[in-house]
Amino acid sequence: MTAAEISQWETVIGLEIHAQLATSSKIFSGASTAYGAEANTQACAVDLGLPGVLPVLNREAVRMAIRFGVAIDANIDHQSVFARKNYFYPDLPKGYQISQFEHPIVGKGQISISPAEGEHKLVGITRAHLEEDAGKSIHDQFPEQSGIDLNRAGTPLLEIVSEPDMRSAKEAVAYARKIHSLVRYLEICDGNMQEGSFRCDANVSIRRRGSDQLGTRAEIKNINSFRFLERAINHEVERQIEVIEDGGRVVQETRLYDSERDETRSMRSKEEANDYRYFPDPDLLPVNISASDIAEIRAALPELPEQKKQRYISELGLSDYNAELLTANRDTAVYFETAFAEADATQAAVLVNWILGDLAGALNKAGLDITESPINPAALVQLVARIADETISGKIAKQVFDAMWQGEGNADEIIEARGLRQITDSGAIETLIDEVIAANPEQVEQFRAGKEKVLGFLVGQVMKESRGKANPGQVNALLRDKLK
Amino acid sequence: MTLKSDDVRSIAHLARLHIEEDAVDHYVDDLSSILALVEQMNQVDSQGVEPLSNPLDATQRLRDDNVTEVNQRDKFQQIAPDVAEGLYRVPRVIE
Amino acid sequence: MPMTVTEIRQGLASGQFSSVEITRDYLQRIAQHNPALNCFISVTEDLALQQAGAADALLAQGNPGLLTGVPLAHKDLFCTDGVKTSCGSRMLDNFIAPYDATAVERIRDAGAVMLGKTNMDEFAMGSSNENSWYGNVANPWNTAHVPGGSSGGSAAAVAAGLAPAATGTDTGGSIRQPAALCGVTGIKPTYGRVSRYGMIAFGSSLDQGGPFARSAADCALLLQAMSGFDARDSTSSDTPVDDYSARLEQGIEGLKIGLPKEYFAEGLDSRLARVIETAIDELRKQGAEILDISLPNTHLSIPTYYVVAMAECSSNLSRFDGVRFGHRCENPVDLEDLYKRSRGEGFGAEVKRRILIGTYALSAGYYDAYYLKAQQLRRMIKNDFQTAFDSVDLILGPTTPEVAFKIGAKTDDPVSMYLQDIYTISLNLAGLPGLSLPVGFVDGLPVGMQLIGNYFDEARLLQVAHRYQQVSDWHLQAPEAFS
Repeated sequence: MTAAEISQWETVIGLEIHAQLATSSKIFSGASTAYGAEANTQACAVDLGLPGVLPVLNREAVRMAIRFGVAIDANIDHQSVFARKNYFYPDLPKGYQISQFEHPIVGKGQISISPAEGEHKLVGITRAHLEEDAGKSIHDQFPEQSGIDLNRAGTPLLEIVSEPDMRSAKEAVAYARKIHSLVRYLEICDGNMQEGSFRCDANVSIRRRGSDQLGTRAEIKNINSFRFLERAINHEVERQIEVIEDGGRVVQETRLYDSERDETRSMRSKEEANDYRYFPDPDLLPVNISASDIAEIRAALPELPEQKKQRYISELGLSDYNAELLTANRDTAVYFETAFAEADATQAAVLVNWILGDLAGALNKAGLDITESPINPAALVQLVARIADETISGKIAKQVFDAMWQGEGNADEIIEARGLRQITDSGAIETLIDEVIAANPEQVEQFRAGKEKVLGFLVGQVMKESRGKANPGQVNALLRDKLK
Repeated sequence: MTLKSDDVRSIAHLARLHIEEDAVDHYVDDLSSILALVEQMNQVDSQGVEPLSNPLDATQRLRDDNVTEVNQRDKFQQIAPDVAEGLYRVPRVIE
Repeated sequence: MPMTVTEIRQGLASGQFSSVEITRDYLQRIAQHNPALNCFISVTEDLALQQAGAADALLAQGNPGLLTGVPLAHKDLFCTDGVKTSCGSRMLDNFIAPYDATAVERIRDAGAVMLGKTNMDEFAMGSSNENSWYGNVANPWNTAHVPGGSSGGSAAAVAAGLAPAATGTDTGGSIRQPAALCGVTGIKPTYGRVSRYGMIAFGSSLDQGGPFARSAADCALLLQAMSGFDARDSTSSDTPVDDYSARLEQGIEGLKIGLPKEYFAEGLDSRLARVIETAIDELRKQGAEILDISLPNTHLSIPTYYVVAMAECSSNLSRFDGVRFGHRCENPVDLEDLYKRSRGEGFGAEVKRRILIGTYALSAGYYDAYYLKAQQLRRMIKNDFQTAFDSVDLILGPTTPEVAFKIGAKTDDPVSMYLQDIYTISLNLAGLPGLSLPVGFVDGLPVGMQLIGNYFDEARLLQVAHRYQQVSDWHLQAPEAFS
């Protein structure tokens, strides 16, 4: 497919994100929500849908949902209603899922995303509603049967539905990351995508550029990483363009993303049009949410990523881009703030460069989370301080950083042990300079003839002789003096 | 409102109820007469009346977020038709 | 003559007999008469004698509870830990409940002895007890007639003296109608008064548990034990529970009783109407003021009720899928086959009809016309009652349009069966309490009169019924064949 072919089409994406709320007990029962227990040991009578049992709503789940609503400036009605979504599936014990339909707890809101450096976009959030998670079907345990584990059944979910406001896979990823970051800031979801605590379904359609009609959409499920989200959407867009350009029509359906084959495929088992027969759950009454409940939750909100970012820009003078990167992940921001609290106030920008540069790179390479970093914030502050007080150069600092990463000790210990202290004694440096001048008469001539660029080469030679320990500024100045 | 036999078949499918083919006509008659009864509702104009889903118009009470349940898997699975290795078993689900 | 709960309590307290003795008597009566009546699905003899023994120990310590040592039966819709709870269905023929319903737990905590589980229309769907997987129940007054339903087993057991009291549930009249047809006293309390936890749901917004007994005084004791707030039921009310027995003896002078003209209109058997009028005269004599009132939307209650009840049941019964409990078909070829055959085999015809109608009423394109419309009419019906209670303390009428009909008389016509509930179902839609008490006979079959109270006014219903029973003896009559 040529770029021209693709560019005739506009992609329209909306996301449905399911965030498991970090409560201790389930949304409608007192069973534990802890992950990884032996099958069906955390499925109580209510979770199993045994005859006669009834749901009772978990206060914390409601509060967490409101916290999210307040954070995205959403409408929160004074009354919210639970509804039954009826369908048969073995991992759905009651034959219906308790969800919300007409009166979701969180109404319209919006969130700002930054898909690329310097770009900003507002994405509408249609609604966010509370519902119970289903259990899990296990297909590889028995030769001809599926096994059903209902431990997950009844875990509270916040389903966050966006408007179809995204126009590229990149924007969709930026939005998903933003929501991911937000729910973690709010401490309402652990965000673990591998364990399924944070799941994305993407509604993808295409239309001819300039059209304001929405095309028929396909819903892609089973996306468990941001990388796969981008790939799944791009694949689906290509598939839809091909279908239409071959004279076909996109059908509304659910498609499963297969990360191993990197393709989406139709889910035949869900082929038939569903008729969920929503109606208000008569076992649960409308939930009243007072203005004072909302005010109380609002007052207790932590500083949110957007507020943090603005503060970093205005108070610390960080760039928009760096502030965005730093606040995108709550743990990164916590790391930075812990470090900054111990550092010299003028060192903010240097500290940020280290966190977003070498540290982020090393963590990424090692597949570690910043909370697992072998270099803690205090250790990084010490390293930065040694650059500031000219004990070492920036270049040597990278060596020290690597040694710290390997666990050789803190910056001071490593500088001592390896003898990396910067040479600032001008006598010692002059000796090195004299050697270099003697060894490179040709270059010295060229410089004296006006070829300024050669100075860099000579500085480099001196630095090399000093094994990087000389102060480059000092070398530069002394060399100029000598060559005058 | 009169139902047709295909309506009954599709409702039965939605409700996952097996109905013998020779009983379909009987259901068509029964269900149609019930629907005729139910349609008496249309005699009344209820426009603007707030729907009532709970007789007391009460509001939901909330539970504290405490784990109160203990593992009763063995007891619950004694009454299950087919379990193995702690899992409920069903014919293979194709996804 | 069968004893009342009040008499049994006195006999136990005075040492006239022990709980084990009286329990054995009832077990013996059950063994003798149940084959003719089919009131019981399960008789829990060993458990009963064990509980009776424990009750005797408590009685000996001189510290009995409200019902210590009193034998009674539970409708087989209440979950009972370790005891089969069938709900009258093949679907649950193998279901040993792993917990107690709250009402069962409370009655047990009050010291009662469980004799067994009573027969009922499958999943409480029916007005004649002909829809049970375990066969129909006979009316003790004439075994060719139905006992009413859905709690027919409980009503017939009390009428025939196989239990001095029993629990029931009432979604559209399932306590009051069989109480009327069997000549016993039964009360459906206000929605939310008795916890629904462990009651297998039919129509969740309509279902209420309540007692059957031989007198209003006995019902007061049973209801006292069953009632009260339950944190496990979100629809349970925390309104304080009155002391029902303490209020029984208050007089009824000056009490305003309303007679809805719609309850005495076409459709009511005129012989039955005359019996009710005689009872009204008696209440007037006792000092009550009788007023004419109107409940103009009464005729809408049947269609409204059936839409709400069927919609809710279609969803409530989805959990019976052959996966975690209950009936599972043989050798399912795939998942759909497992669902369809397990449910097709496990449910009877009436249950299937209601699931189908309910599914249809909720399905896309029909929701507004059926379910939403019914919810609106439901409020109009509730408003009728609220208006009436502005001018009267109590509403009175017949419980049923006719006395017990013959077994098989209406089985081919579900709609004519539904019309039996015309006077009872509007209370469930509104959530109001209602009591039925025996006030005479037509053709040798009992006639029930219904008292309807305002929300949480059960004490007043019991008090008026008790007053009437102080000056009449209809409630003391027993069918000769079982005396």
